[in-house]
Amino acid sequence: MVRGMGKYLVNLPAVTGRRLVIALPLIWLAVFFFLPLVETLQVSFTSPRRGIPPYEPLWGIGDDGFFTNFTTGNYALLLQYWSDYFGPAFNSIKLAFFSTLVCLLFAYPMAWWIARSNEKWRTILLVLVMLPFWTSSLLRIYALIGLLNPNGFINAAGLWLGLIDAPIQMMQTDFSIYMGMVLTYLPLMILPLYAVMVRLDADLLDAAADLGGSGVQIFRTIILPLTLPGIIAGSLLVFIPAVGEFVIPALLGGPDQLMMGKVLWTEFFRNRDWPVASAIAMLLLAILTVPIIYARYQDGRDAVAETPNPKQAEAG
Amino acid sequence: MGRMNGLVLSLGALGFGILYLPIIIMVIFSFNAGKLVSVWSGASLKWYAGLLENDQLLSAFGTSLLIAVWAATIATIFGICIAVAFVRFGNFRSRLALSAIASAPLVMPEIVTGLSMLLLFISMESLFGWPSGRGVDTIIIAHATFGMCFAAVVIQARLRDFDMAIEEAAADLGATQPFIFLSITLPVIAPAVVAAWLLAFTLSFDDLVIASFVSGPGSSTLPIVIFSKVRLGVTPEINALATVMIVVVAVAVIGASWAIRRRLSGRDQNQ
Amino acid sequence: MAPFIRLKSISKHFADVVAVDDLSLDIEKGELFCLLGASGCGKSTLLRLLAGFESPTKGVIEIDGQDMAGVAPADRPVNFMFQNYALFPHMSVADNIGYGLRRAGMRGTELAERVDSLLKLVRLHKLGGRKPHQLSGGQRQRVALARALARRPKLLLLDEPLAALDKKLREDTQFELVDIQEKLGTTFIVVTHDQEEAMTLAGRIGIMDAGQLVQVDAPRRLYERPKSSFVADFLGTISFVDAVVASRDQTSITIGGDLNICAACDDDLPVGAAVKLAIRPEKIYLSRTKSGNVNEIEVVVEDLAYLGFATNYRVKTASGQMFKLQQQQRRSLDAPLSWGETGYVHFDPQDVIVLQD
Repeated sequence: MVRGMGKYLVNLPAVTGRRLVIALPLIWLAVFFFLPLVETLQVSFTSPRRGIPPYEPLWGIGDDGFFTNFTTGNYALLLQYWSDYFGPAFNSIKLAFFSTLVCLLFAYPMAWWIARSNEKWRTILLVLVMLPFWTSSLLRIYALIGLLNPNGFINAAGLWLGLIDAPIQMMQTDFSIYMGMVLTYLPLMILPLYAVMVRLDADLLDAAADLGGSGVQIFRTIILPLTLPGIIAGSLLVFIPAVGEFVIPALLGGPDQLMMGKVLWTEFFRNRDWPVASAIAMLLLAILTVPIIYARYQDGRDAVAETPNPKQAEAG
Repeated sequence: MGRMNGLVLSLGALGFGILYLPIIIMVIFSFNAGKLVSVWSGASLKWYAGLLENDQLLSAFGTSLLIAVWAATIATIFGICIAVAFVRFGNFRSRLALSAIASAPLVMPEIVTGLSMLLLFISMESLFGWPSGRGVDTIIIAHATFGMCFAAVVIQARLRDFDMAIEEAAADLGATQPFIFLSITLPVIAPAVVAAWLLAFTLSFDDLVIASFVSGPGSSTLPIVIFSKVRLGVTPEINALATVMIVVVAVAVIGASWAIRRRLSGRDQNQ
Repeated sequence: MAPFIRLKSISKHFADVVAVDDLSLDIEKGELFCLLGASGCGKSTLLRLLAGFESPTKGVIEIDGQDMAGVAPADRPVNFMFQNYALFPHMSVADNIGYGLRRAGMRGTELAERVDSLLKLVRLHKLGGRKPHQLSGGQRQRVALARALARRPKLLLLDEPLAALDKKLREDTQFELVDIQEKLGTTFIVVTHDQEEAMTLAGRIGIMDAGQLVQVDAPRRLYERPKSSFVADFLGTISFVDAVVASRDQTSITIGGDLNICAACDDDLPVGAAVKLAIRPEKIYLSRTKSGNVNEIEVVVEDLAYLGFATNYRVKTASGQMFKLQQQQRRSLDAPLSWGETGYVHFDPQDVIVLQD
């Protein structure tokens, strides 16, 4: 990478070209991604009103000069009705956490299976994994409803086969949430795991066996540590969006599965209370700040760890 | 290792089962004459016929298509810029900022991005008069924004494996930037660019949450319409729609991988 | 006494490929044995069969009298050194070397002391804390060796152990490897495609081709008494003469034609039998003038390559027979021959190898 850059750096038009290439996406994302977050922070400190937009402007120049409508009322509300807001917050974390674990439970063997297959099977299996990903997740969740409903397929089959006497309640339970999460996020967990597993040198497993390791020992001492980066990457990729997930709890969950996404949606669309919704959004961000920063840190570390250090090697 | 295989295979098969069982059932019952997904009342194509007459669904489909094409194209162009910057430009001044801002959307909950973008559009409207109201253009902007981050990841991966020697050969033979990029680099990474475009397209076409926030009257996307219908109850026409979409996607994906494999083996033969 | 390692009619089939074809071999305790062959000949497969990574389709493997059928790699008294070393990237050098010992239950000071002595054996004493990616190729090779020796295996299998090293390092390491083997007395089986390496390392070499053993012998015998033209051609350079036996007596044969070569031969070859004669390049002498020796043939110099310590010549007779010979630098009355010049080669009948393929 550095080798070829010399020629680029010499050309002046190339330098301005470089600046353009960097500036375009940077400005776009600053305006359309970063600025909105700032805006949300602002709105979270205003109060609701009738009209358009349905919140008081944070500040402005009026007849009497500069005015401001800064208030921490929204956050006070969140704290006051603690169980209505922090309850779902903890619920979101809990459901997202266990969904991640369930995804991992299925994704790990699936990724291993794919990574250890020969070329032909590998492509087929990867296509099979990615196919649902390319189809609408909304429709897949809709399909799941058809399966889990009291008058849905599974209950009908169970009754018909005589396995059950009455329909089992599977909708609006933690179980339906987990199934929905797995359905939606499984490919996202499989891909980073697969990427790490496929690079695992098969000789390492043979060497460990040759040196006396049993299947379990090999897994514990060799496979697990070496696939850990994939596990972490996949888990973050699932956990973070899952915390703020809306569609799954909305369609598959009941009042006991209230998650932050649904609360925000309700406040925004039903109650038309945009400032509180903004405050909830900020709360969600606050919860996720640490995982998000950790995810970015891991990204950087993986890139560094992969490059061997020739200087140290020569010194030896 | 052999001992693990049984466990691995059964968990793996179960995983694939969970992934596919809902879809398979839905596809089968889209041909069901009855409304329920539990009782087979005979085969029928009436839901497919109903699809063709459902103006609401059809126009929503068209809207989604239009938005997705625009959003994917913008996303891919900007995604190329981001990828090139990260892989080729070394440690430039705003690298940390761009890196943060281009990776955050990948993990950010959609509900936060959707809400925040709407708030931005509203204050922009009151300050500059643009965008006037929410509609197709605001959705395109929103989808392009998170789309370019995903596109960048796909293209970056390919760019990292790129053999710089062929660009150096081009330079040695007299070519300069940006010609080298357009005539050498781009064609070579074309499959990744296409993949990035398709990824951005899919994400845009399927998006519900963000579109719900930033859409306006008359710009209902397909997911928005489906969602409102699903909340009201199970409509079998959705089964038919889903089957159509799944078949189209399946054919496209399988066709693409088959074409790629043919291209690769053809290349081997030529050598 | 039964040989230490006994391979009885081993065959290994992969789908439609026969990697090892009805192979039998005995190896003595304490030997340094080399399996030599081109890539694809099955030597690596044979090694993996011994290690237990594959099971033979047919045949029996016995190590120290024990049948290895169904015995997992972990339970065999065998250890394997991989071609690309297969060092565990997430463990330090010391942990890599100690891995097999820990699996055997060794802990604490006993473990540390053993790892330490192994580090000393391969001269990596100060580098125990380093990770594999911080080492040079030669150092990684030594870690792989130490790790494979840690459990004091009765048999050590080495798959192209020197292939990844550069030439100078390879030469030094060859002798080190022999030293270590002699010091420990462990039986070594080394797989290589490099014949010079096999000649240097081995007490005995087994030459493999297409899944079968073609000849098993000490290096000297393989070189000077190859049993087939394949082996003769495989090791070093050689000149072949296709001919028919014209006459014979008790100890030699003579071939007909304008070459009229006489070769020492004990076999009972009838007149008219087709034979292939083979002569090593260093056994052929080239001079400007006739000297009246046996087997003297007039030739023209086709090509030559000056190597410094010697010169390689390709010479041709009037009838088109090619000889490859190597002439040491030495002071002689003749000026050395150059391109296109005529000269005379001669060689001793004892040095002519008679082959019948």
